[in-house]
Amino acid sequence: MGQRRSFFVLTAMCFGFAFLYGPIVSLIVYSFNESRLVTVWAGFSTKWYGELLRDEQVLDAAFLSLKIGVINATAAVLLGTLAGLILARFGRFKGRTLFSGMVSAPLVMPEVITGLSLLLLFVSAEQLIGWPAGRGMDTITIAHITFSMAYVAVIVQSRLSSLDESVEEAAMDLGARPAKVFLVITLPIIAPALISGWLLAFTLSLDDLVIASFVSGPGASTLPMVIFSKVRLGVSPDINALATIIILIVTVFVVIAGVLLTRQERARTRAVQQALQDED
Amino acid sequence: MVDVAAGGTPPPGKPQAHEGPQRRGIWSRRLDRLSGRTGRGLVIAVPYVWLICFFLMPFLIVFAISLAEAAIARPPFKLLEDLGYGLYQVTVNLGNYLFLLGDPLYAVAYVNSVKIAAISTLIALLVGYPIAYGIARSSPSLRNVLLLLIILPFWTSFLLRVYAWIGILKDNGLINNFLISLGLIDEPLPLLYNDFSVYVGIVYSYLPFMVLPLYANLERLDPSLLEAAADLGCRPWKAFLTVTLPLSIPGMIAGSLLVFIPAVGEFVIPALLGGPETLMIGRVLWNEFFNNRDWPVASAVAIAMLLLLVVPIMIFQRYQMKQDGA
Repeated sequence: MGQRRSFFVLTAMCFGFAFLYGPIVSLIVYSFNESRLVTVWAGFSTKWYGELLRDEQVLDAAFLSLKIGVINATAAVLLGTLAGLILARFGRFKGRTLFSGMVSAPLVMPEVITGLSLLLLFVSAEQLIGWPAGRGMDTITIAHITFSMAYVAVIVQSRLSSLDESVEEAAMDLGARPAKVFLVITLPIIAPALISGWLLAFTLSLDDLVIASFVSGPGASTLPMVIFSKVRLGVSPDINALATIIILIVTVFVVIAGVLLTRQERARTRAVQQALQDED
Repeated sequence: MVDVAAGGTPPPGKPQAHEGPQRRGIWSRRLDRLSGRTGRGLVIAVPYVWLICFFLMPFLIVFAISLAEAAIARPPFKLLEDLGYGLYQVTVNLGNYLFLLGDPLYAVAYVNSVKIAAISTLIALLVGYPIAYGIARSSPSLRNVLLLLIILPFWTSFLLRVYAWIGILKDNGLINNFLISLGLIDEPLPLLYNDFSVYVGIVYSYLPFMVLPLYANLERLDPSLLEAAADLGCRPWKAFLTVTLPLSIPGMIAGSLLVFIPAVGEFVIPALLGGPETLMIGRVLWNEFFNNRDWPVASAVAIAMLLLLVVPIMIFQRYQMKQDGA
């Protein structure tokens, strides 16, 4: 009986992973297809990559998206770390419930609502105080920071609540000021969470179509906006080539980050165990 | 992403923090004593003010504009009536909401969104549960690799992964070509631009959100409970049904909410994979805004969608807060 169930689970897992990776594999394979008909194989070719690299519109959009992504991720890590620290370490304060609600709500808010509401904010603010003058890169960046910081805050918060406060308490008992404790003790411990938070915020920004479409103005098209307008016209092989490049870069980054973080985590666990053994 | 999705359930066995002044951690006590309330207040103020400006205020504005009248102007709505002498009169009209109630298009879109989201959530649960269970029962080293494989697609472009399905499902796509070459069918099956392809797209895109909280829950299950059941003569299937399944309900709820809530408001998947009759509320809002340029009606659609989602979002928030308080 147990044997049969594990066979069932194994089959389901194989099916699940095939389901997750089949479409990605098909994107990569057909990016090397000679034919314009994406799903009919007509021999190996890299001509779609050349075509892609000559496409000014795609290149401009990719550059804009990268710029927004880097600014967004950096700002989101700063704000999100503060928010996570407040939720995990500051105990009660006036308005805490509202604060924790505002931090976790963007995680589940439908994108169309977030996009529409931020656009209406920008339009109203422009009418009332003249800022922001027109919409474009700045408004997209602000919109992205707002929802990315929520993800960073949740990561930092869960990292901090899984940590023992005793190290921080010890430092304070020895007379360190709170700011110093944060910089010298807390920050190095949560560094892996900050790195994954930065990468996540960067990816979310690079990936966002809906919110950017709402808050963008004329002349500022991000990469997803360009891809969406191309895809709407039908399947085209240069999009497959673009997808392959993105998948390759992301996979390399995520695997490197994953390996480094696991290694660091292991070293830390070993150091803690060593310290505990020495105590005995 | 593990942390976010796994945040659905509080770790068991951790006592709830007790009420009263002791609850405030050493951080807050020290901060109070050393730098006074100012430093602490300043740290709280920065993200607080940002979220009020760019998260809370926008919603109030959406609500206000949903009560405004559409106008041929820039921006295309009229909320304040200029009476001269620096006086303004706020015009409130419920016309946009009455319009939503009057036109069956919106009711159909609402019902359809909930139906599609609910069925997709159920399929994702059925597909995701065995995967999460299998990962939780693997050896620790294999477990990390499998988890990385679950998370990896999430990092690659969502738009491009949805786009990949067009090539697979279309009339001369991979599946139809394969089935025709086998001689199983003569005519291509209608796989794309209908509800079916939308289900495939949603389950595919949101499967990691289902697997991760389920895995976090199943991984914490005490194996001695199953051993005890086996020692008492319980068959494995029965032990699964009476022990594992009930104990994994919190993970199932967390995963289902993480799939259901974004699926209801989904725009990209119905826009790319759905047919013209696949009405979903996110798509209706988008069309109202970009095609009809009717901002007040789009705002009213947004408010109505929020009302629909307020209960699932509250449940999700309660899960988050439980973890927060633990």
